[in-house]
Amino acid sequence: MRIRCPYCGERDNGEFSYRGDAAPRIAGGDAATPEALHDAVYLRDNPAGPIDELWFHAAGCRAWLVVTRDTRTHAIASVAPARAVARARQTGDAP
Amino acid sequence: MHFSLLSVLAQALRGQRGWAPHWRDADPRDAYDVVIVGGGGHGLATAYYLAKEHGITDVAVLERSHVGSGNVGRNTTIVRSNYGLPGNIPFYERSMKLWEGLEQDINYNAMVSQRGVLNLYHSDGQRDAYARRGNAMRLAGVDAELLDRDGVRAMVPFIDFDNARFPVKGGLLQRRGGTVRHDAVAWGYARAADARGVDIVQNCAVTGIRREGGRVVGVETSRGPIRAKKIALSVAGSSSLVAAMAGLRLPIESHVLQAFVSEGVKPLIDCVMTFGAGHFYISQSDKGGLVFGGDIDGYNSYAQRGNLATIEDVMESGMALWPALGRLRLLRHWGGIMDMSMDGSPIIDRTGIDGLYLNAGWCYGGFKATPAAGFCFAHLVARDEAHPDAAAFRLDRFATGHLIDEKGVGAQPNLH
Ligand SMILES: Cc1cc2nc3c(=O)[nH]c(=O)nc-3n(C[C@H](O)[C@H](O)[C@H](O)COP(=O)(O)OP(=O)(O)OC[C@H]3O[C@@H](n4cnc5c(N)ncnc54)[C@H](O)[C@@H]3O)c2cc1C
Ligand SMILES: [Zn+2]
Repeated sequence: MRIRCPYCGERDNGEFSYRGDAAPRIAGGDAATPEALHDAVYLRDNPAGPIDELWFHAAGCRAWLVVTRDTRTHAIASVAPARAVARARQTGDAP
Repeated sequence: MHFSLLSVLAQALRGQRGWAPHWRDADPRDAYDVVIVGGGGHGLATAYYLAKEHGITDVAVLERSHVGSGNVGRNTTIVRSNYGLPGNIPFYERSMKLWEGLEQDINYNAMVSQRGVLNLYHSDGQRDAYARRGNAMRLAGVDAELLDRDGVRAMVPFIDFDNARFPVKGGLLQRRGGTVRHDAVAWGYARAADARGVDIVQNCAVTGIRREGGRVVGVETSRGPIRAKKIALSVAGSSSLVAAMAGLRLPIESHVLQAFVSEGVKPLIDCVMTFGAGHFYISQSDKGGLVFGGDIDGYNSYAQRGNLATIEDVMESGMALWPALGRLRLLRHWGGIMDMSMDGSPIIDRTGIDGLYLNAGWCYGGFKATPAAGFCFAHLVARDEAHPDAAAFRLDRFATGHLIDEKGVGAQPNLH
């Protein structure tokens, strides 16, 4: 598996480390209920198919990336800087 | 058909032509008291103990593919009970005791080999941690020995003791640990459950879970609907997918773990050995191949095949510990899908839906657990209460804070 880093180009997956599903978000922030925290910290959809996930280019530019990958085939559909994805989420724009 | 010296000799005289299938390839009936989803080691063991310990024989095991196609036939066959936390120790020790009597119990040669599991340490801090773990084991009546360098040298003289970065300082040894022929465990439990009346239904994928008024009433399958009073899920790497059929989200991620076998060679190593400065473990099969593995690949996967970066990492760890390995050729490698839980420990519990039970979250260590998982899961399904040895494996522990995190790395499945 190779990941095309937007800054460094296509690199071996051994250069990256993995944080997991990019979807979980603590609803309510600091005022979150224990249920919301439990949900965000522990529960996962764990799909067999496409998933948005966080990868860190540890042995490269050290950027956090959102990678859209199919968990059945390892095929990667898109890679975007996590920062851009987060901004787009706030403004409602596509990254 | 009973296996004995006599039956084996008689077959030899008849040219091995009298063997019959070890179990019936059953067609599914319309309804059962208990339907077990997943014909891996755990599902088959659960069926066996339901019949043997609780007299519940109106049971079907539904397997999407064939018996042994999942992790039970893909693992590196290591069994041990060298855990350190109170919730884990009694459970894994029950499993070890069941392994010790398994072959007589089910009249099947599972090649249980208590050749010893040796965990090496490479620093003072690691020695302290192993001493503590060994003491916790001994306090609970489990065997453990802390070896110094000479003790390790007597067992495995061929490793690189003076590696500049990872010198070998000693090891924690569990002599009763070892290996068990994984396929034979699946076949043996299948045969023993079948003999007690359980239907083992292969090529039967569960595609839906039917509920009425908050309780389960049956499953949809690729071979038609089947009614059931109770449904027991035991699908390892597919746990999240099957649980989702009942609207459940689990504290689990599915990850791929790879394993490797070298060409066959004469006896080289007579125990299971693990490297303490990286993730690498190795033993030798009776055919002579060195069987080894290391870390999971580290990202969510349902692909049953891994990537080169992990292969490289495993080989490097192996070479750091035992440089002679570099002379061997790799024969095969493969992957299996692990149900990695958020604290690295399993779940054997009810689900909040009446009649639906869950056995999942076994990570990369569920083979050694096969007998006890079957035993305790059967207890739960039959009596609706947790077996005391598995009482800590609750589904709600992530909400209540009673995590069982042997490694202490937190809610990050790829680090467990
Ligand atoms: C490479 C590797 C090495 C390992 N090494 C060790 C080791 O040395 N020691 C150790 O203790 N553990 C080890 N493990 C872990 C161990 O193999 C597993 O934790 C254990 O086998 C899981 O339980 P099981 O045998 O019931 O799983 P499986 O054999 O995977 O059984 C689950 C079954 O469910 C079936 N299924 C899934 N979905 C459905 C559906 N919808 N309908 C019907 N059936 C379904 C699957 O086809 C599968 O057969 C290793 C695993 C791997 C992959
Ligand atoms: Zn980069």
